[in-house]
Amino acid sequence: MLITCPYCGPRDVSEFTYQGDGNRQRPAPATKDLGAWNEYVYDRINPAGDHNEIWQHSSGCRMHIHVVRNTLTHEITDTRPARGGHPASRHHGAKS
Amino acid sequence: MASTRKAGQSAGVSAVARLSALAPVYRPGSHGNFEHGIGVALSEVVPTSIVQLAAWSGKEKKLIGIIGSVMGLALPDATGGGAVEGARAAFGVAPGKFLVSDDRDDLASIFAEAMEPDTGTVTDLSHGRTVIRIEGPEVEWIMAKFFALDFSLPAFPVGAGRSTAHHDIFAQIQRTAAEQFDIYVFRSFARSFWTALCRSCEEVGYEVQ
Repeated sequence: MLITCPYCGPRDVSEFTYQGDGNRQRPAPATKDLGAWNEYVYDRINPAGDHNEIWQHSSGCRMHIHVVRNTLTHEITDTRPARGGHPASRHHGAKS
Repeated sequence: MASTRKAGQSAGVSAVARLSALAPVYRPGSHGNFEHGIGVALSEVVPTSIVQLAAWSGKEKKLIGIIGSVMGLALPDATGGGAVEGARAAFGVAPGKFLVSDDRDDLASIFAEAMEPDTGTVTDLSHGRTVIRIEGPEVEWIMAKFFALDFSLPAFPVGAGRSTAHHDIFAQIQRTAAEQFDIYVFRSFARSFWTALCRSCEEVGYEVQ
């Protein structure tokens, strides 16, 4: 599997480290809403299809990147620097 | 390259002389299947200074300009862009991050003076990296066995750099001539990497210089 790093170009997946679900929104640090924290820590969309993910090019430029990966086919349709965030229109599988 | 030294030669400068991490396994001479010629030559390059420079967000172009003036190199503003001239080398290793090496022993200090703190950071890696040079007609074949990268000259031009890894050994690679690459590896992994590289070069015949 190849992942196209926005900086380095296409690289083997072995150079990357999976950093988790890219759909999660971290609650405000001071919030005591246990439901929000529970959702952040445990709830996953787990779609059969396109999925927003965060990866790090750990054996390359070490940049964190947002990746849209199809969980059925492993096809990767979008990669971009993580600091920009996933555009709302690309929140695949997001809850309504 | 007249201005760089090979392994085992003294530094000849005021800086603390470094012992080669490769010394126990560095065997000059011809090895492997060399009856029909030498496919590649291996050597350790010992630049006096290896420095990593990182620009704060938005200060990348300013840092490229500073590298250009300190190193006397025209650094392209492109992914993995770099330049090399004699012992002076600089290349991009990540967004806004550059690796530079030179024979000046105070290169880190020179950059620290040339850069304002709000431009970026200077990290002296002189004692933390080993630089292995591989050159010769079979160099692209050997490199392709080690790294999943396109080493053809159009895809990886002279001066350009790449950050990658051989299994878990992080490697920063610069093409320093058409048939020559310099591989920067962590000093602590250098002996293991060198041993694997020698083993991999046996099929084409190799010479340790």
